[in-house]
Amino acid sequence: MSEAAVEESLAPAAEVGPSAEGRSQWAAAWIELRHKPLFWISAVLIVIFVLMALFPHLFTHTDPRFANLAQAREKPSLHGSIFGRDNQGRDIYARTIYGARASLSVGVLGTLATTVVGLTMGLLAGFFGGWVDSVLQRLGEIFFSIPLLLGGVLFLYKFPTSVDAPLIVQVLKIVLVLALLGWPNIARLMRSAVMQVKPADYVQAARALGARPSRIVLSHIMPNALAPVIVVATINLGVYIAAEATLSFLGIGLQSPAISWGSDISDASGLGLIRAAPNMLLFPSLFLSLTVLAFILLGDAVRDAFDPKLR
Amino acid sequence: MGRYIIRRLLQMIPVVIGTTFLIYAMVFGLGDPAKGRCGERPCPPAYIAKFNAEYNLDKPLVVQYVLYLGKLVHGDLGTNFFGNQVSQELIARYPITIKLTIIAILFELVIGIAAGVLAGIRKNGFVDSLVLVSTLVVVSIPIFVIGALAQLVFGVKLAWFPVTASDGTIGQLILPGLVLGSLSVAYVARLTRTSLVENLRADYVRTARAKGLSRGRTVGVHTLRNSLIPVITYVGADVGALMGGAIVTERIFNVNGIGNFIYRSIYQHDGQSVVGAVTILVLVFLLVNLIVDILYGVLDPRIASD
Repeated sequence: MSEAAVEESLAPAAEVGPSAEGRSQWAAAWIELRHKPLFWISAVLIVIFVLMALFPHLFTHTDPRFANLAQAREKPSLHGSIFGRDNQGRDIYARTIYGARASLSVGVLGTLATTVVGLTMGLLAGFFGGWVDSVLQRLGEIFFSIPLLLGGVLFLYKFPTSVDAPLIVQVLKIVLVLALLGWPNIARLMRSAVMQVKPADYVQAARALGARPSRIVLSHIMPNALAPVIVVATINLGVYIAAEATLSFLGIGLQSPAISWGSDISDASGLGLIRAAPNMLLFPSLFLSLTVLAFILLGDAVRDAFDPKLR
Repeated sequence: MGRYIIRRLLQMIPVVIGTTFLIYAMVFGLGDPAKGRCGERPCPPAYIAKFNAEYNLDKPLVVQYVLYLGKLVHGDLGTNFFGNQVSQELIARYPITIKLTIIAILFELVIGIAAGVLAGIRKNGFVDSLVLVSTLVVVSIPIFVIGALAQLVFGVKLAWFPVTASDGTIGQLILPGLVLGSLSVAYVARLTRTSLVENLRADYVRTARAKGLSRGRTVGVHTLRNSLIPVITYVGADVGALMGGAIVTERIFNVNGIGNFIYRSIYQHDGQSVVGAVTILVLVFLLVNLIVDILYGVLDPRIASD
């Protein structure tokens, strides 16, 4: 993925650290971000999608599971349902709104899980070095060499989801796969950031003053090594949402009656159906793509803000 | 150089053992391995006993794993529901998947590098913005939507390409190959652009320009050669994503390759086939990355010598 590029372009940011006027790296980045239209566009999109996931009834009062076969594949119209109806006569607009919850929870929880695990492993490896570093690096390589989709297929095949499992259980299962296969990426990034920050004077000074290792890590190394991780985590959020959709498309991710964009797209993507009811495919795909795009743009904007070379 | 290759080979050993153990432990160590072997019903005790004996499940996990590894080395992936050797099923299908992957890689290299170079030469120009916007669009649309749309537009409506690719001839595989490579084209283009822009600022480029070389020669010979190193590494890592993507693409275009085999085996609850095929794909992925790493050492001697 593009992590290699991200890693490369980020490397100098950590070296520069606090900028000349005494502003912290974070404050400088925020000032830079405030003037970016792309940042605001993606932020607004993300806020809308988060609202959709938390309070779907703000956007629609239709029951997304109510099916009326007499209205199957109804075309979009301003009077009836604005996005049309699907193969079973369910309202596509309502389903698309309710689908946000599954996708966003997989994305957010998956990112949180990978980041927490990766951050811890990367910090340990970078800070202690030596055999801890070697062991953790080899361990990371093992998990890293299983491609995300293949590992996901294997895991979800082995532990299939029963139809009556609540949404959160289905979501957590996918999150577990993402965390298991995704952490080495973050760990690698964190490790190199820590190793760059570690020799800095302020870390040596803290050590000379007798600070405990935990204090050095948490209040000196972590805040200064965190920037690249946040950027990649934001971009990964979009990637994870797409991965969930792909797994659901293959029929092993989220199971109906759980509503997700991936499984709705899967339902809509038979060749006959695409010709008969293209709106069934269009709207969930559009929302899914916009969500992924919003997180990628946000990650890009944050990276540019942290990278003084591009200013 | 020889020492570098040997070191890389030695580093591979723990990774191969680790990944195969991980897959093995997940499939046979956790939960009930015989579950789902008898369709929807629970298995009869006689079957479970035979199954446990066949896969050495009555022995400790590590012993089981070593025995399994021994079988794997001999190419024995077990038999599936239909009584066929999984390895035979894979041998029948791999040429098609390889063809599909090669089409995708060629597509991403040729189009991706060309777009990246055009964008990088004139930073912030028209082509640059076009590449940036189109890569963002491709990156954010999931591959199965691109596949379904391409099938509808280029296969059904315009009839430029065959709609399905069940025979697996090159002509039929072009459209699925383009779909499979579409995401990576975007990444290759952005990566080429970034590293070209960075290298164009380097001192050796200024020297080359100063001694009077044409712009075409400085870009084409001096800069591009250095800029392509990260692209090669990316393509190696990308083979893993392509193999996952092949499951989706082969399903959409009904290609008779390994991806579609995995997809159908998932639906038929044919665990032996799923596990065998995924294990092989992961091993192929490791091998490709080893080759790319060695190539990396050839292209950039600094890597091999440290």
